[in-house]
Amino acid sequence: MFNDNEIINIKESKKKWESEVVDKAIKRFPERKEKFSTVSDIEVDRLYTPENMENSDYEKDLGYPGKYPYTRGVQPTMYRGRLWTMRQYAGFATAEESNKRYKYLLEQGQTGLSVAFDLPTQIGYDSDHSLSAGEVGKVGVAIDSLKDMEILFNGIPLDKVSTSMTINAPASVLLAMYIAVAEKQGVSQDKLRGTIQNDILKEYIARGTYIFPPEPSMRLITDIFEYCSKNVPKWNTISISGYHIREAGATAIQEVAFTLADGIAYVEAAIETGLDVDDFAPRLSFFFNAHNNLLEEIAKYRAARRIWAKIMKNRFKAKNEKSMKLKFHTQTAGCTLTAQQPDNNIIRVTVQALAAVLGGTQSLHTNSRDEALALPSEESVRIALRTQQVLAYESGVTETIDPLAGSYYIESLTDQIEEEAMKYIEKIDELGGMPQAVEKGYVQKEIQNSSYKYQMEVESNERIVVGVNKFQTEEKHHEDILKVDPEVERLQKEKINKLKSTRNNDEVKKNLANLKKLAKTDENLMPYILSAVKSYATLGEICDVLRSVFGEYEQSVIL
Amino acid sequence: MDMPIRVLVAKPGLDGHDRGAKVIARSLRDAGMEVIYTGLRQTPEQIVAAAIQEDVDVVAMSILSGAHNHLFPKVVNLLKEQGADDILIIGGGVIPEDDIPELKKSGVKAIFTPGTSTKDVVKYIENHIKR
Repeated sequence: MFNDNEIINIKESKKKWESEVVDKAIKRFPERKEKFSTVSDIEVDRLYTPENMENSDYEKDLGYPGKYPYTRGVQPTMYRGRLWTMRQYAGFATAEESNKRYKYLLEQGQTGLSVAFDLPTQIGYDSDHSLSAGEVGKVGVAIDSLKDMEILFNGIPLDKVSTSMTINAPASVLLAMYIAVAEKQGVSQDKLRGTIQNDILKEYIARGTYIFPPEPSMRLITDIFEYCSKNVPKWNTISISGYHIREAGATAIQEVAFTLADGIAYVEAAIETGLDVDDFAPRLSFFFNAHNNLLEEIAKYRAARRIWAKIMKNRFKAKNEKSMKLKFHTQTAGCTLTAQQPDNNIIRVTVQALAAVLGGTQSLHTNSRDEALALPSEESVRIALRTQQVLAYESGVTETIDPLAGSYYIESLTDQIEEEAMKYIEKIDELGGMPQAVEKGYVQKEIQNSSYKYQMEVESNERIVVGVNKFQTEEKHHEDILKVDPEVERLQKEKINKLKSTRNNDEVKKNLANLKKLAKTDENLMPYILSAVKSYATLGEICDVLRSVFGEYEQSVIL
Repeated sequence: MDMPIRVLVAKPGLDGHDRGAKVIARSLRDAGMEVIYTGLRQTPEQIVAAAIQEDVDVVAMSILSGAHNHLFPKVVNLLKEQGADDILIIGGGVIPEDDIPELKKSGVKAIFTPGTSTKDVVKYIENHIKR
């Protein structure tokens, strides 16, 4: 971007500034630390100048929004055209309670839904399973059958909202339920918009809600890719998630690298089943974390877009531009929230949300201040949503696209994250791809090392966490904590019993037997899961059938 | 010579958040203790069986899903039934302060919430194990 002569001059004048001005200043006032680094341990220089962009080529590395390599954004007008989707992850207790919260959020100006399921639902157990005891309705809503799903979306027109569902191992079952509810509302599947998380690899790595071993899990995922490309064309079939990898303790570089390596594994699996890359890749979406270091996070999103575009174009020979665009959802970092002085979390979330917006996110969830204490209260959720609205309507950062481009530091950091992430991706390729790298425990170990290092830095006060290891105050008792009524578990069990005595059990049996038969073949299972769901087979019954054919994943404990 | 303190770090229930459990496991090990980590999705019965088989001094459980009121006391009671009530039981995670008195009454000796220093956990264990 600068010619060689200019760079030479700048290098010289910078040296001069360092020796004549900086050295003197440092002698009188030493800097606060010997070495400065980002939260991901990338060393930060005192000053960035055009010399840091010596090798950068504007047209090739940055280009234009909506144009390859999409460093500056995936849409040509970004937030001047349409603001990001404000999507608060919510769900607790029963479908009835959660339905009320969704309607409340929509009334408050939220523009998309995001469903949180409880752990039994995420792991394919009904509420009356022995392993569900104590967990029903806790971290999300309990869904046992299509009946619950009908209640969850009661009065919410599914052709008008887009819905994101955080569901992985049993994603096909919950997607089938959503399709069935829509059908009852008179909405055909080709009109449905939304996302299922459907990202099993990061469950093995970081999140823990796996059911089946990798091979059949990948098959269920590619079945969904194929089914949706023909029947639910506006549905994002996967949300390849770095969020939980980061929450588990990864650095920004590891977040980008491991997420994109997961993406590569899904693309390879789908191509292997005979799908054409451009048939499914436009519906891949991503999900990243927004951590504390504002500038590093902005660079992270830009680097991720550029790497993915190159991978899709060069490695997978995608022709359709849509296949090369990395679209992503962002959630602010839960792991940065403190139980101490919880109102400070509002400010953390604001900084993190700003990073996501300056990084060009397509949708955003802002965490609530009280989430290190319990599930968020209604008031806290409203403040979190208002934070997004203030950024969107008052801060002015939405008026021009990628406003930090050209900053010597941001561009240099973007390049650095790309380079370091590519080293990880190459290493994972050498190990035989992501499923093998996970099997060997390589990825988990890398993340654990980062997380331990971070914790030790906090404990030695090298890293300051306001209110935790500095600026502490006496904590007061926290009122207004949301509690899930233990009655929920009993209510869900009652509902299951009633359902099982009123549905057509012969039809259920027939559909489950059929599903079992076909699970042993390589036929696409989506239509058969859909039939089972429509006959009110429960989630647990469907997953049990698949467990009996596929077996269950055994986690290798890595410490 | 003193035998090292033996600790079972356990994840009861369906919760998959194991960052905290793993950090605790590693820091206890770095403090010279022998640590066994169960991995995810352990039933109270499995945890108790492992604690007895491994002859541990401490069971340290972590839950972030909100199922602590159900699962922690269950482990305590099963250990009592097995006559292993000399084992020190502690817990951690996202646990609302209002739940803590009841958990302590049930026999969980200490609850550590977000922001706890691993050093405090080490110190607590060293000062409270029965030997």
